Amino acid sequence: MTKKWWLVALLGLSSIAQAQAAEEVVVYSARIEKLIKPIFDAYTQETGVKITAVTGKEGPLMERLKAEGAKTPADILLTVDAGNLWQAAQEGLLAKVDSRILNDNIPAHLRDPDGHWYGLSVRTRAIIYNTRKVQPGELSSYEDLGGAKWNKRLCLRSSKKVYNQSLVAMMIARHGVDKTEAIVKSWVANLAAPEFSDDDSVIKATAAGQCDVGIVNSYYLGRLQKEQPDLPVAIFWPNQQDGGAHVNISGAGVTRHAKHPDAALKLLEWLSSDKAQKLFADANLEFPANTRVQPDPLVAAWGPFKHDAINVSEAGKRQAEAVMLMDRAGYK
Amino acid sequence: MRSALAPPLGRAPARRTAAGGSRAGAWRIAVWLIVILVGAHVLLPFAAWLVPQTAVWRHLADTVLAELLLNTLILSVGVGLGVLVTGVGLAWLTTLCEFPGRRVFEWALMLPLALPAYVLAFVAVGLLDFSGPLQTWLRSVFGDELRLPAIRSAGGVIMVLTLALYPYVYLLARTAFLAQGRSLMESARMLGLNPWRAFVRVALPTARPAIIAGLALALMETLADFGAVYIFNFDTFTTAIYKTWFGLFNLSAAAQLSSLLLLLVALALFAEQRGRGRARYYSGGKIEAAKRYPLRGARAWAATGAALLVLSLAFVIPLIQLTIWAAQAVRDGVNENYFGHVTHTMLLSACAALLIVATALLFGFVQRRWPGALSRAAVRLATLGYALPGTVLAVSIMLSFTALQNQLDAIARSWFSLDTGLLLSSSVAALLFAYLVRFLAVGYGPVESALTRITPAMEMAAQSLGATPRETLWRIYLPLLRAGLLTAALLAFVEVMKEMPATLLLRPFGWDTLAVNIFELTSEGEWAQAALPALTLVLVGLIPVTMLMRPGTTRNG
Repeated sequence: MTKKWWLVALLGLSSIAQAQAAEEVVVYSARIEKLIKPIFDAYTQETGVKITAVTGKEGPLMERLKAEGAKTPADILLTVDAGNLWQAAQEGLLAKVDSRILNDNIPAHLRDPDGHWYGLSVRTRAIIYNTRKVQPGELSSYEDLGGAKWNKRLCLRSSKKVYNQSLVAMMIARHGVDKTEAIVKSWVANLAAPEFSDDDSVIKATAAGQCDVGIVNSYYLGRLQKEQPDLPVAIFWPNQQDGGAHVNISGAGVTRHAKHPDAALKLLEWLSSDKAQKLFADANLEFPANTRVQPDPLVAAWGPFKHDAINVSEAGKRQAEAVMLMDRAGYK
Repeated sequence: MRSALAPPLGRAPARRTAAGGSRAGAWRIAVWLIVILVGAHVLLPFAAWLVPQTAVWRHLADTVLAELLLNTLILSVGVGLGVLVTGVGLAWLTTLCEFPGRRVFEWALMLPLALPAYVLAFVAVGLLDFSGPLQTWLRSVFGDELRLPAIRSAGGVIMVLTLALYPYVYLLARTAFLAQGRSLMESARMLGLNPWRAFVRVALPTARPAIIAGLALALMETLADFGAVYIFNFDTFTTAIYKTWFGLFNLSAAAQLSSLLLLLVALALFAEQRGRGRARYYSGGKIEAAKRYPLRGARAWAATGAALLVLSLAFVIPLIQLTIWAAQAVRDGVNENYFGHVTHTMLLSACAALLIVATALLFGFVQRRWPGALSRAAVRLATLGYALPGTVLAVSIMLSFTALQNQLDAIARSWFSLDTGLLLSSSVAALLFAYLVRFLAVGYGPVESALTRITPAMEMAAQSLGATPRETLWRIYLPLLRAGLLTAALLAFVEVMKEMPATLLLRPFGWDTLAVNIFELTSEGEWAQAALPALTLVLVGLIPVTMLMRPGTTRNG
C-alpha cells in the first residue's frame, strides 16, 4: 500500500501529462518554436486538435526518441535536413506511411522513397556574390568556385554544419569521391578567410569585401535583405546548365511508436496543403515543398531555378563519407 | 591570529566509540551512494569502448587528430596562463594594494561571471571581425587595404575565454588573500620582504590551493566548451566530439573521445595533487584585513588602467552591445513566455544550487572526518563531470534514466498494473540530477578550500568533548563554512542558469528557460533577437554575483 502511494507521488513529479486527450499530437521538433508555433496554432484553431511541441537539437532529440522506445509520447519528428531524417528512418524511429495526399503534394525527390518522411520546405544552397566586384556572368557552378580566378576570393561556412555536409554528399553522388575531394581541396585553397561559423557571417564578409563569392542558404540572404535592402550582395543559382542547384529540406515523419498515428498523419497531410505550406515556408523565407504554392515575394524575386533532382535521401546516405572527405581535404 | 603550516592530517580523528562507528557508517554510506550515482554517469562514456570504432579512429588519426590535440593544448595553456595572470594579478591588486577606484573594481571585476562565454565570443567576433563596425570604420578612415590581426584565431579565442573565465581564479584567490589576514603579511614584511617578494614568497604559496581550484574550474570549462570555440571555428577535442556524433552519426566514437578528454583532466588534477604533496595550510582565529600597500603615481594609475581594461572588455562593452540589440528586439515584440523563462531559470538554478551545496558539504565533511585515499579518489571522480561536454553528459543521463525507468515500469506493471510511462526521464528530477553531476565541482571547490579554515585542533577538541558527527557538522562546520557555502551556492546558481545543452534535452515539457530561449534564437542566427534573453540572463546573474561580493561572504572569519 505504501509502495503504491510512493508511486502516486512519483507520478505527481512527472510534468508530462500521462493521460493525454484523444485529440492531441505531440511533436518533437528541431525546428525552433518561433517558426512552428504560428502554424500549429492555425491548425488547432481550424481543427480543435491540440499540438504539444518539444523543441531541441536534432541529435539529442533523436537519441531521446530512441531511448524512449515504445513509451515515447512523440507522434511526429520534425527536423531540418534530409540527413537527419534519413538517419532517423535508418534507426527505425519513423513509421512508413502511405498517403495519396502527401504523395500528391510533395515532389518525389523531396521525400523518402519508402514513405518514412516527407519534405515540408525547401532550402537552397546558393552562390552569393558582391555586386560591386563580380558580374553574374563570371559565375557558373559550385565546382567552378575552385578555379584559379577565385583565388583568395571565396568565403565558406564551417564543414561542421550539416548544410555543407549535405552539399558535399550530393557532389559525391554526382561526381564520385576522388573528383569531389579535388573540388573541395580547390575550394579550401581559394579561401579568403578562415571558415565562418554561420551563413550570416559569410554574407556580411562578402558585403564588406573580405571576399567576393560565397555559398549560403538563400533564406539567410532573404532575412538580411529584408533589413538592409541595399546590401551589395546578390544571389546566383548555380549549376543551371547541368545538375541544378543543391536543395535540402526541412521535413517530418510519423514516429514508429506514435500514440496518435492517425491524428499525426492528418497533421502531416495538412502541413503539405497549400494553405499550411505558405505559412510554413514564409515563416523562414524558404521555398514551399508543394510546387503549387508561391514563395514569399522577396524570395520569388530571385527568379525560378532548376533543382538538383537527385533524391535528397542521398545526402543522408553519404553524409559520413562527406564529413570524412572534408577532413581529408582540410576543410574545417 | 595564528596561522601555521600544520602537519599532515594523518588519521588522528579516527578514534571512535562503537556508537559513533555505526553513525559514521551511515554518513559514509550516504556519500558512497551519491558518489556511485554521480560517478557512474561521469564514467558512462568509458562504456563506449566496449564497441571499438576502429574505422572512425583511423580516420581521425590520419586527418585531424594531431591538430585537435595541438589546438586543445594551445588553448589550455593560453587560457590557463591568461586566467592566472589576470585573476591572481587583479585579486592581489584589489586585496593587498590601494589605488584609485579599488573599492569599485573589487566587486565589479566579478561581474563577467554572469556573462556566458558563448555570448562574449559572439559579441567579440561581431565587433572585431573584418565586417564588424570597428574594422569597417578603420577602413573608411585609412583605406580599403587596412588589415588588422584576425580575431578568429588562436589568440582571439584565448582572449575571449580568458575574459570569460578569469573570475573563478579572481574570486578564489581574493578570498584566500583576504583570509591570510594582516599578521601573515606583516610577519613577512617584518622579516624584511618587500611587498612584491612578500606576495611571491608568502601570499602566493599560501593561496595556492585556492588558486589551483579556480584554475581547475576555468580549465575544465575551457575543455568542455563548445559554444565559444564553435563561433571562432577553432577545432578542439569538443568540436571533434560533436562532429563525430552529428556528422558521422557515431555516438559511440563521440563518447570514446569524451572519455579521453576526461582522462586527460583526471591526470592533470592528479599531477597537481602530487605536486602539492602532503602540505596542508590552515589558518584559524580571528582575521583582521591586511593593511593595504598604497600604490602611488604612475603605478597607481597603471593598476586602475589594468582593472578598467579587463572590466570593459569582459563586461561593459559586451553589455552595451547586448543592450543596443535588445532595444531593437523589444520593438519587434517580446516572447509571450518571457516571464515564464525568467521564473523557470531562477527556480531551477536555486533548487540545483541547494542540491549541489548540500552534496558538496556532505562530501567535504566526510572527507575531513574519515580521510582515505579511496574516498578522496572517489570524490575527485564525482567532480569530473564539469569537464564533460554538456550534451554528452545530458545524453548519458537520459540513457541511464530511461533504462532505470523501464525497470521501474516493469515492476510497477507486474505489481500494481500501473503504466508509469516516462515519469523519470522527463521529470524535473532528471534535470536537477544532471546539474548536480555537471556542477558538483563548482560547489565542491569553494567548500573544500573553506574547509582548510577549520584546523584539525578544533575538530579534535569537538570530538574530545564528545560531539557526535552531526553536532560537529552543525555546530563547528556550518558556522565556520558559511562564507564558503554561500560562495559555492552562488557560483552553482550562476552556472546552472547559464547551462544550455542538458536543460535543452532533459527539461520537462513547458520548462523553457532563458538559456533555452537563447539557443532557439541563435540556432537560426538571430543573435539580435537573442540579446533580450541574454541580457536578462546577465541581469539575473548579477543578483548572486553581487551577493558574492558582500563583505560577509568573503571576509568573515
